[in-house]
Amino acid sequence: MSDTDTALPAQSLPVDRAETAKADAAARLSWWRGDGGEGAKRNLGLLATLVVLVVIGILTRPDLYGDPNWVWGNTLTILKLASVVGVVTVGMTFVIIGGGIDLSVGAIVALAGVWCTTVATQSYGAGGMIFTALTVGLAVGVVNGLLISYGRLVPFIATLAMLVAARGLAAEISDKQTQVSTSSFINGIATTKILGIPLLVYILVAVVAAGWVLLNRTTFGRRTVAVGGNPEAARLAGINVRRHTVLLYALSGLCCGIAAVMLTAQATSAQAAMANLYELDAIAAAIIGGTLLSGGRGTIIGSLLGVIIFSTITNLFAINNLSAEAQNMVKGGIIVAAVLVQQVQFRSLTQFLARNRATTT
Amino acid sequence: MSERTERSEGREGMPGQPRMSERTERSEGREGMPGQPRMSERSEGREGMKEVEVSTKEPLVEAPADAVAGEVVLRLTDVVKTFPGVRALDGVQLEVRAGEVHCLLGQNGAGKSTLIKVLAGVHRPDSGEVVWRGESAAFANPQAAMRAGIATIYQELDLVDDLSVAENAFLGHEPRRFGFVRRGHMARRTRQILARLGHPEIPPGRLVRHLPAAGKQIVSMARALSHEARLIIMDEPSAVLAHDEVGNLFRIIRELTAQGIAVIYISHRMEEIREIGDRVTVLKDGRTTAASLPARETPTRDLVARMTGRAIEYVFPQRPAADGTGAELLRVDGLTRHGEFADVSLGVRAGEIVGIAGLVGSGRSELLETIFGARRAQAGTVRVDGRVLRPGSVGAAVRAGMGMAPEERKSQALLLGEPIYRNVTLATFGRYARLGFTDAARERAEADRVAASLELRPRDVRRPVRTLSGGNQQKVVVGRWLLGETRLLLLDEPTRGVDVGARAELYQVIRDLAAQGVGVLLVSSEVPEVLGLADRVLVMREGRVVREAPAGELDENTVLDLVMAGSLMEGAPA
Ligand SMILES: Nc1ncnc2c1ncn2[C@@H]1O[C@H](COP(=O)(O)OP(=O)(O)OP(=O)(O)O)[C@@H](O)[C@H]1O
Ligand SMILES: [Mg+2]
Repeated sequence: MSDTDTALPAQSLPVDRAETAKADAAARLSWWRGDGGEGAKRNLGLLATLVVLVVIGILTRPDLYGDPNWVWGNTLTILKLASVVGVVTVGMTFVIIGGGIDLSVGAIVALAGVWCTTVATQSYGAGGMIFTALTVGLAVGVVNGLLISYGRLVPFIATLAMLVAARGLAAEISDKQTQVSTSSFINGIATTKILGIPLLVYILVAVVAAGWVLLNRTTFGRRTVAVGGNPEAARLAGINVRRHTVLLYALSGLCCGIAAVMLTAQATSAQAAMANLYELDAIAAAIIGGTLLSGGRGTIIGSLLGVIIFSTITNLFAINNLSAEAQNMVKGGIIVAAVLVQQVQFRSLTQFLARNRATTT
Repeated sequence: MSERTERSEGREGMPGQPRMSERTERSEGREGMPGQPRMSERSEGREGMKEVEVSTKEPLVEAPADAVAGEVVLRLTDVVKTFPGVRALDGVQLEVRAGEVHCLLGQNGAGKSTLIKVLAGVHRPDSGEVVWRGESAAFANPQAAMRAGIATIYQELDLVDDLSVAENAFLGHEPRRFGFVRRGHMARRTRQILARLGHPEIPPGRLVRHLPAAGKQIVSMARALSHEARLIIMDEPSAVLAHDEVGNLFRIIRELTAQGIAVIYISHRMEEIREIGDRVTVLKDGRTTAASLPARETPTRDLVARMTGRAIEYVFPQRPAADGTGAELLRVDGLTRHGEFADVSLGVRAGEIVGIAGLVGSGRSELLETIFGARRAQAGTVRVDGRVLRPGSVGAAVRAGMGMAPEERKSQALLLGEPIYRNVTLATFGRYARLGFTDAARERAEADRVAASLELRPRDVRRPVRTLSGGNQQKVVVGRWLLGETRLLLLDEPTRGVDVGARAELYQVIRDLAAQGVGVLLVSSEVPEVLGLADRVLVMREGRVVREAPAGELDENTVLDLVMAGSLMEGAPA
């Protein structure tokens, strides 16, 4: 084909290479943070929030904060308070980044807790109890995942139904009674301290660390972001979106199983009403931590900070002898503030549109 | 380049013809045809047609009474806009007159889209002056710009998928009475606008989600036309449109300018600028390198040189002597999806580039997606290396060595918030991983290689894809499949929005892949691209392959006749 109109003489004009290089260098300089830059910035904001909360504590109860022993003890109390919900939140974070939501986490914790404390299960000893709790959590998570990805139920509906069903089953199994755990090993999980720090906190740290590696360093994490960020693009890139969705809910269920063991240990018993409204705490912590409710973005560290902020608020109210009602109002306000901050940060056109799309879907 | 000139001649002939009646006949004919089922509903089509006759008599947009042709309506002086680390605009001058079509030219990333976003109130300039109709203006938000009479069609579709066509067209300025949206009025106005746009078959009540990419582009246009605008900005509107649609678009632009409305038109296709443009402003690296050149008289080499700082030959790579001996990689037999395409059979050999030409809505994209397993065929088989592929499974296709660059980059291909390298390796990161642990350094290196071969700008692969210009995002989509073990590449509009220089690179990359034994199946709305790049060409019309021939045996007019004349004939009442 002849291209006489646009064919140009082969000789080139002088190129502004130096200038291009300069622009490239500038771009490199400010984008050195590359991936995760935004997330890191947000986490700094969360840390600042935490500092503010501590300062409020110091200002309102200078008497208590004057005692270093009390401060250390109180810090451990806060972390212990955060540990159970923290483990649940790690699973929840994966589900939300993957574009879903899991309303059944509290119910799964209750079901797993009740199931692992039946007389029959307890006869297998502590190993049997832990195995049962994890298996029940995992199994319920898989059912959630199957309903959503192969049954094509909306995650909200599927897990809402599971919430009701799992609590019902837990009540059925326990006959609405409180089941006492007689295993000293299990109960010891809540009381054991290593180097002065409760075992529960170690468990939280381990789950958070595992979650961080899973999200940031593995193909599983990469798929999670892809599936949540743009399911169609993920599918057309050859990722098995449905299978991955099942795995995400299974992971959330597994985290609930771990949390069930921890909570049972703390209470030395289990009952169908335990872990009430954990789903709200976990979702709120993830959102405050910067996880996008529409999927595709979020960090484990952010979620952890979200949980810690929540338990710090609870603690702040407790040391000031204030009511739980006022505390819930403040928590509500913090959730709204967190979402508002996110909106201010991402005002650009594309984000605005993406949000419109997310809210209308 | 005799072809190219012929092509624009062909186009120029169009507006002279009685296009409207042609149009209506065709859309009548299209009703219920396999190619267009999603966009046509019998009753809607009929009503739309009535509307056509009425609306030809009244102007499409109420022309502002005081619009004087030739008067300068917009002047930009030294406008600067920076993003973190990038000076996207670095001293832009622009002058637009009422009633003219002012074209913006520039390479991918030159700052064209950023410039129009400044005009549309999306971005605020850091410095410089924007004078709109004699008054200094910096619009605080898109609403302010719209109120001032500036309507914009963005490069990336900005529709709300779950609202109807009419709701999208009037989003943010719904006609109201006593606080209630006048739905009937809105639907009627939308139908009028769509009819004038040549698409009476799009029902105003249909959810945008259910429209194909080209249909969405039409709705974007309808949105811009639903305002009382004095300036309409179009950012690469033709990139999603097929050949005949572009003619239609130009007719509308002429109607608009005749009423004294100014149009800013962005395109990477030089022949379009020649045909529709009055004056051209060229941007390079965020700076105006030439202002208000005459669009028809300025030689192409001058324009290209000002855009790129170098001379670029816009030619297709040499086609190797056809040997036809490569092993058949892909074999498609009797593939059918009701209402989309029927009984399609084709083969692609190793090292061969097969092009598919056809109108938007002829079932090309659907065919590609079905071969790839993204849609499930109702009949027929897809074989790779003689083995039948599991239908409806993308995973199976990818494992068999297939890759597809889909039509719509934003909704089908990209994770906008993720870094470039993760988008490039989206289909391959598993291969670089060890025991499930990803190897980010390796991924970055591979992505960097691809970025270099496609002249991605900026080159830093850790930047989020969101911050790339449209053409550069497209390169990321195509680049994804240049990695790894892709043996069969399905490309749907691979050069959409890619500039002249990068396009030549991309053609070369595709040809090189073929030389290495990769089979390529290419869909493009640009007939010269199909003819220039492919070894063999299939022409599709209304879901069927109507012609198959070596590219050398076809010329552009033959293909256009096959693609369009046919649908006209079939559209004629029996
Ligand atoms: N939100 C943003 N953040 C950072 N950089 C950006 C952003 N938007 C655009 N840029 C950068 O600004 C430059 C100009 O981009 P722009 O989209 O205006 O290019 P363009 O001329 O429209 O290119 P194309 O022809 O590919 O559409 C590019 O280098 C791009 O990467
Ligand atoms: Mg652009």
